[in-house]
Amino acid sequence: MLVLGIESSCDETGIALYHTEAGLLAHRIHTQIAMHSEYGGVVPELASRDHIRRALPLLGACLAEADKALADIDAIAYTQGPGLAGALLVGASVANALGFALQKPVVGVHHLEGHLLSPRLADPKPEFPFVALLVSGGHTQLMAVHGVGQYELLGETVDDAAGEAFDKSAKLLGLGYPGGPALSKLADTGNASRFKLPRPMLHSGDLDFSFSGLKTAVLKLVTEQSPLGDTMRADICAAFQEAIVEVLQKKCLAALKQTGMTRLVIAGGVGANRQLRAALDDAAQRHRYTVFYPPLELCTDNGAMIAYAGAMRLQHAVSGYGYGVKPRWDLASLPAA
Amino acid sequence: MPYLALDTTTEHLSLAVTTPQGVLARDWHVGQKHAERTLPEIEALLSEAGIARAALEGIVYGMGPGSFTGLRIGCGIAQGLAFGLGIRLVGVSTLMALAQGSGADRVYACLDARMNQVYAAAFERDGEGWREVITASVCDPDAVSIPEGTGWTGVGSGFAAYGEALGTRLGDALGTTLPARFPHARDLLALALPVFARGAALAPEDAPLVYLRDKVALKTHERIKA
Repeated sequence: MLVLGIESSCDETGIALYHTEAGLLAHRIHTQIAMHSEYGGVVPELASRDHIRRALPLLGACLAEADKALADIDAIAYTQGPGLAGALLVGASVANALGFALQKPVVGVHHLEGHLLSPRLADPKPEFPFVALLVSGGHTQLMAVHGVGQYELLGETVDDAAGEAFDKSAKLLGLGYPGGPALSKLADTGNASRFKLPRPMLHSGDLDFSFSGLKTAVLKLVTEQSPLGDTMRADICAAFQEAIVEVLQKKCLAALKQTGMTRLVIAGGVGANRQLRAALDDAAQRHRYTVFYPPLELCTDNGAMIAYAGAMRLQHAVSGYGYGVKPRWDLASLPAA
Repeated sequence: MPYLALDTTTEHLSLAVTTPQGVLARDWHVGQKHAERTLPEIEALLSEAGIARAALEGIVYGMGPGSFTGLRIGCGIAQGLAFGLGIRLVGVSTLMALAQGSGADRVYACLDARMNQVYAAAFERDGEGWREVITASVCDPDAVSIPEGTGWTGVGSGFAAYGEALGTRLGDALGTTLPARFPHARDLLALALPVFARGAALAPEDAPLVYLRDKVALKTHERIKA
């Protein structure tokens, strides 16, 4: 089965062709980061305007790369939510009209399910069950994944997402928007032990997170140490990253212990963070669990994960072509596949 | 040679398709339910007309101005249909569609743009088509451009929302008004057929949209200045 995946929930247009036997045949992502950076954040209306310009050219490129014709597509999957309503509607409209034209089934996919299952696009892929850390600019959640659609929330952030803390701290440090990746890069050159930043909720006894206090601690440091030289800035970045990584790592270990599971899956944009990966790999050796990551280029939002999750849920495909999006959508409400 | 037109740019949904017996057109007041309604209604309309979707020759859509989300639902559906069927499409100005549907020869077309503004343009019949004598713009109702002469027919939701301000502003230039009219797929279709005939239809990936309101957020340096 050849499944077309369409992702348009935020500021990346992602299109992919996934084959249930042959694997991922092609995928393309257009990121709008440069467009939104002048505004200091994602402007939903501009995001929607860009998605509709990008979707078909990306689809054309995917078909060419996979050497497939439209008629080869067996089903179409699109991100139905959660996300920005106007942006979601672009992908949903194109997907459903394509399905109508081709007379093929269309399935709406939960964006986070796409992320959760994306490490199964890597080789080797994690078998069920596993603990998943979903960590991005919009989410920080720990989940027990027993199978497709069988998700048990173990803990989540009570305020900012980890990626959001990265971006907001980067802004305080004058690293632009979105500054998370720039902060990580600078952290590699800094001395993490010069400043000791708090590890919020590290000993809370549950699997929840809190990152807004960390951001406040960065603000305090920036104010105290201003004007910031390059070394000072790098040292703050290193201290910040070390704090976040330690919290994420410790909570992952606690989740594995609590569930008795031995596989850990990392998904979402922060999953690309090098120090986080190093810390989790290191702990995996010591604590005898296996850690799985999505392919690096599939850490951000992408169409491949939507095509894959859609392929797992073809039995939920509809043939009526009337559609709606779900800007807010609880992952735990999904049926088992 | 069937052509299908759709408009989702207002709280109405309208569809039209060419058949050997003439144009078959439908419309509904759907509020914000365009996503839920459009494709099922297209399916029903094609079925009623006895047209297989694969037989369609071209797609026509309202390219704006209008509701931003509505524009993209219509354009996204038009793109998906045209790309999926391997055919071309034509986007038509919603303001010109108002002129086409009015029955008048000199039309002041005006749509409610929300935020106390209107989308406005003036058209004069020119043979089979229309000449845009006042270029489409978004502006305050009391600042719209005034056409030359008198007795222009005012058409569209702008006259329902800001009838008094527009009446005062346009004065003698304005004649009768048709405030309940909306851009209808039937009129989009009529305006698009000559475009298909002269080979000027577009590939689906080139489908344009006209928002008119292009300043939707402040850049960081503009916010700081403000």
